[in-house]
Amino acid sequence: MTGEFGSTGRRLLAKVRVQRAFAAMLALGLASITLNVIGPLLLGHATNLVVAGVLGQQTEAGTSKAEAIAKLERQGHDALAGLLRSTDFVPGQDIDLAAVGWVLLIALLTYGLSGLCWIAQGRQATKAIQQSAHQLRAEVQAKLSRLPLSYFDASKRGEVLSRATNDIDNVVQTLQQTMSQLSNSLLLIAGVVAMMFWISPVLSLIAMIAVPGAIVLTTVLGKRAKPQFDRQWKAIGEVNAHVEEAYAGLPLIRAFGHVEPSAEEFRKHNEAAFQSSYRAQLFSGAIQPMMNFVNNIGYVLVAVVGCLRVISGTLSVGDVQAFVQYSRQLSGPLTQVTSLTGLVQSGIASARRVFELLDASELEPDGSATLAPQAVKGRVSFEAISFRYEPDSPLIDGLSLEAQPGQTVAIVGPTGAGKTTLVNLLMRFYELTGGRITLDGVDIASLSRQQLRSAVGMVLQESWLFGGSIADNIGYGREGASREEIEEAARAAHADHFIRTLPDGYDTVIDDEGGGISAGERQLITIARAFLADPAILVLDEATSLVDSRTEVLVREAMDRLSQGRTSFVIAHRLSTIRDADTILVMENGSIAEQGTHLELLSADGAYARLYKAQFAAPAV
Amino acid sequence: MTVASAEALIPLLRAQLAPYRRRILLLLALQVAQGAAVLYLPTLNADIVDNGLLKGDTGYILRLGGAMLAVTVVQVACTVGAVWCGAWVSAAVGRDLRTKIFDRVQTYSSREVAQFGTSSLLTRTTNDVQQVQSLVLASFTMLVLAPIMGLGGVVLAFSQDVLLALALLVVVPALAGLMYLIVRALQPIFRTMQRRVDTVNRVLREQISGIRVIRAFTRDEFEERRFAEVNGGLRDVSLRAGRLTSLMFPLSATVVNLFSVPLVWLGALRIDGGYMQVGALTAFLGYLTVILVAVTTATFMLMMVPRAEVCAERISEVLGTESSLIPPADPVRQLPEPGYLELADVEFRYPGAQDPILRGINLVARPGRTTALIGSTGSGKSTLIGLVPRLADPTGGQVLVGGVDVRNLDPGVLASTVGIVPQAPRLFAGTIASNLRFGRPEATDTELWRALEVAQAREFVEELDGGLSAQVSQGGTNLSGGQRQRLAIARVLIRRPQIYLFDDSFSALDYSTDARVRAALAAEVAEATVVVVAQRISTIRDADQIIVLESGEVVAAGTHDDLLANSSVYREIVLSQLIEEEA
Ligand SMILES: Nc1ncnc2c1ncn2[C@@H]1O[C@H](COP(=O)(O)OP(=O)(O)OP(=O)(O)O)[C@@H](O)[C@H]1O
Ligand SMILES: Nc1ncnc2c1ncn2[C@@H]1O[C@H](COP(=O)(O)OP(=O)(O)OP(=O)(O)O)[C@@H](O)[C@H]1O
Ligand SMILES: [Mg+2]
Ligand SMILES: [Mg+2]
Repeated sequence: MTGEFGSTGRRLLAKVRVQRAFAAMLALGLASITLNVIGPLLLGHATNLVVAGVLGQQTEAGTSKAEAIAKLERQGHDALAGLLRSTDFVPGQDIDLAAVGWVLLIALLTYGLSGLCWIAQGRQATKAIQQSAHQLRAEVQAKLSRLPLSYFDASKRGEVLSRATNDIDNVVQTLQQTMSQLSNSLLLIAGVVAMMFWISPVLSLIAMIAVPGAIVLTTVLGKRAKPQFDRQWKAIGEVNAHVEEAYAGLPLIRAFGHVEPSAEEFRKHNEAAFQSSYRAQLFSGAIQPMMNFVNNIGYVLVAVVGCLRVISGTLSVGDVQAFVQYSRQLSGPLTQVTSLTGLVQSGIASARRVFELLDASELEPDGSATLAPQAVKGRVSFEAISFRYEPDSPLIDGLSLEAQPGQTVAIVGPTGAGKTTLVNLLMRFYELTGGRITLDGVDIASLSRQQLRSAVGMVLQESWLFGGSIADNIGYGREGASREEIEEAARAAHADHFIRTLPDGYDTVIDDEGGGISAGERQLITIARAFLADPAILVLDEATSLVDSRTEVLVREAMDRLSQGRTSFVIAHRLSTIRDADTILVMENGSIAEQGTHLELLSADGAYARLYKAQFAAPAV
Repeated sequence: MTVASAEALIPLLRAQLAPYRRRILLLLALQVAQGAAVLYLPTLNADIVDNGLLKGDTGYILRLGGAMLAVTVVQVACTVGAVWCGAWVSAAVGRDLRTKIFDRVQTYSSREVAQFGTSSLLTRTTNDVQQVQSLVLASFTMLVLAPIMGLGGVVLAFSQDVLLALALLVVVPALAGLMYLIVRALQPIFRTMQRRVDTVNRVLREQISGIRVIRAFTRDEFEERRFAEVNGGLRDVSLRAGRLTSLMFPLSATVVNLFSVPLVWLGALRIDGGYMQVGALTAFLGYLTVILVAVTTATFMLMMVPRAEVCAERISEVLGTESSLIPPADPVRQLPEPGYLELADVEFRYPGAQDPILRGINLVARPGRTTALIGSTGSGKSTLIGLVPRLADPTGGQVLVGGVDVRNLDPGVLASTVGIVPQAPRLFAGTIASNLRFGRPEATDTELWRALEVAQAREFVEELDGGLSAQVSQGGTNLSGGQRQRLAIARVLIRRPQIYLFDDSFSALDYSTDARVRAALAAEVAEATVVVVAQRISTIRDADQIIVLESGEVVAAGTHDDLLANSSVYREIVLSQLIEEEA
């Protein structure tokens, strides 16, 4: 099969192989198979004993074996005579039930033991597989925290999720259904093939004539199935992505009468999933019957050639018979192995998607410079920074600014000017393409992201809360915060009042879809969360844009109190929010158009003055 | 939520398979033919050995070999045909189930979505369906063959020795009972397992959507631990399920194997007593092997049953849950008073909540007029706005659009009459154009540009790489907050509804852009009915009527000047914003 298929398989197997249970699984499998092969031999032996007894009954006691045979031949019972010749019996003696009993007892023990080994093997296999799956999921999760934000900008949530759940699940099921079977069947095949070569290398080679045919068949059909499996899991990913977005945006979809187009789009992906899944199963499912065919050709050939060799006297009839029996035994596991092709291919297709995610290029590794979090003074300077989201459209080019410890820097400007981007860069959500940003004189690129970010507390423009209680959401700002601290932060953010009127107060559970509380209330909670973080540097990006103006006045007072002694960056459109800032930066098209205090800028009568006046000179709709 | 019946799989499958009855019949026929071939081939095999090989008759071998190959060809043809049918039908069942779930969820209100949780609905639509689909596929390839071979084996066994065969009647039910017990024990485990798949999905989904906050607060380690917990939970339950499942194969095979031992003993006794031939015993053991193969095959399928059963339960739960927004029995399509919006004594209470969020709301909005809503955070403005496009139904009173209660209005007519710009802009992954055409796919590029111009978004879209076909990330994360909001405004303009609802839709705009947008809008929607929610007095000052909402009640209504004179709440709001004007 193709190299890429093999490499994914090997990589997957490597994940399973490191599990300690894997070796145990193989050993137990070997034991169980061996015992399982001995079982029929013992039963065969018991049957022989029975046959011997029956023959003994039919022959007169006291005669020798040779005499008995000669007598039968004289009487014309050729067939029976033949049977007697190959059986070890004592004429006149009945079935030795005691001996039969012993053999059967041993057989019972053998089967029992084989069963126990098999069960133990199953447990070990389960362990190895589930541990690997657990690890794979953990790797995916860990990967998410090392991916740059641009990865998430470029991919759909539901698509990534599908890799983490549907694909890993499929890999697990594939392993579960195939691994012990595959290893057992392969062991069995190896054993049987060895026996065959032992009996007759020539016949074995003839029997193996079918093998190239089988390989060609599997390759041809497998090649056709592979892209279908790839397509199937890709389509499932796309279905998942569409569904995820559609379920989350349901109210809007309905309000916009977009139900039909959305369903149309869904059907498109769903139909692709149907087409590819059915084709994949068809091609891979056809492998097994075709293999049967090839097997049977081999069987007939062996019978013919074997017969010729018996006639020429190179082989005994018994050997040929045994050989034929073994080659028949071979077809069982062989069929089983081929019937697993579809499963394996499907699993590999999924594994490939998981590895694709794990192989996505990561954030640059962290710097090693250190900065004691308590000692951060908060001097921030942007030194001729340049940045662009897309390679060919520069956004910020050579911008510089300086914030002294304890200063409040306000950033204003028309929408899309690059205000949030500036914050993104300070937080190292995105990396600079030129220049540098320093914190207390240390290049932030040389700090670990963790260190840098724990010095900064921020309220993002987009308020995000996770599904959980309000207390947990506020507590997210600082690990280990007590309930009192959480409530205090909520009071400072003027969220305490509304939280207390909720039926479960601080324990009210809200969902991550924005349900449960109003938009302004969410924003107050994110403010409380940032207050709780108690950072050296505070960043507020449109933190109160959704809060009503009366509450805002109160929150602003709290913010003023809080920003005493820390460097803060405040982005706001309501200019009242920033009038008292130490410096106001007016950004336009990614660069600083003006800089100064409120009064300085008003008297300069430039961009800021224009923005300021716009506040009061607008007609209603 | 409807209580799921314990046996959900069979009814669900019966309904899903019904449309494919003919293909399934064909499949059965092919499988029976294949089964016959499978049972016939060993006889031919034996014949080749006994009458050809042992007698050194090459001609006979070739003749029978030819026959054998011919039978194989038929078998291959039948199997491939059956595989084709099985693959087709199972994939179709998967597709149909996904469609059904999707269509059903699309009718849900936020209440039902919240009840299940988006992540769980997501799991059910893809993962759960996949399990059912796999089971269908496995059953079609094995379900028929296994009984044929099993029955064939049993019948042949009876033909050899009735007493020994009767012993089979002990082992087969014992085996079936054993398997039943395991399947039963597995069900609750898989129920937990699917729930934990939901949880893993939910946590990961949150970690992706909240990635900026997680990074900002450096909570990666915390999130890693949180995930480790749910991941470990999933592993533990999977281990439990896996351990039990892995019992099935060895147990069934071992039971049959163990059974063969006393069988030989019994056979020996009967042969000893002269009731039976040796050949019969050998043949009997051969048939036991056939039965063993049948049992293993059936087990392979049985292993998938418990999980699929649980998944079927979860799917049926979704399909059995009706939306709380009951569609009108006799939908009205003609509006007697176009553009007219009235809320009559509206009350709204969230399910389970003690106090209503909205009480006794009366409001009338007319074409050509602007109605403004102002009120403190959490006073119920968004809830009120949401009642108009019927995102939820009021628990008291009526919402009338065009003179008709929205509950009696055709959903399509309602959607095209009312246009909303929600408080969170919510863009979808795609392009600028696909987002703008949302709700009106046939809009021309010219119309898109015009709407962008009104929303003051033309300039930035022109500058984007690709213009209208520039890529938009899910949720619009690659655009600035104000850009998202303006696209949401343009999006609603393209639909040209009679009633516009703007829910705090200018909050992310700087004042001068805000002013320009509103000036352009004023001309654009002059004929329409407009309802604006806003916090900025400048936005609403010139509205025809301003309604002040406080804790879910209308505390004052009138023009700006009326309210300044009569409403203390309004004056306070104005005052809080006036500080800056005087500075
Ligand atoms: N993740 C991103 N990928 C690509 N482009 C982006 C991304 N985020 C922002 N942009 C683009 O960068 C420019 C600046 O965006 P930014 O969010 O910094 O604006 P802003 O000043 O914060 O505006 P607003 O006041 O509307 O929030 C915009 O043109 C925007 O489209
Ligand atoms: N799903 C819900 N279950 C229970 N209560 C809810 C739910 N959603 C919102 N609420 C409550 O209903 C009240 C009104 O919310 P709504 O979103 O209508 O306020 P709003 O006036 O739009 O506020 P904002 O100005 O912050 O947007 C809030 O107090 C909120 O806590
Ligand atoms: Mg911004
Ligand atoms: Mg609101």
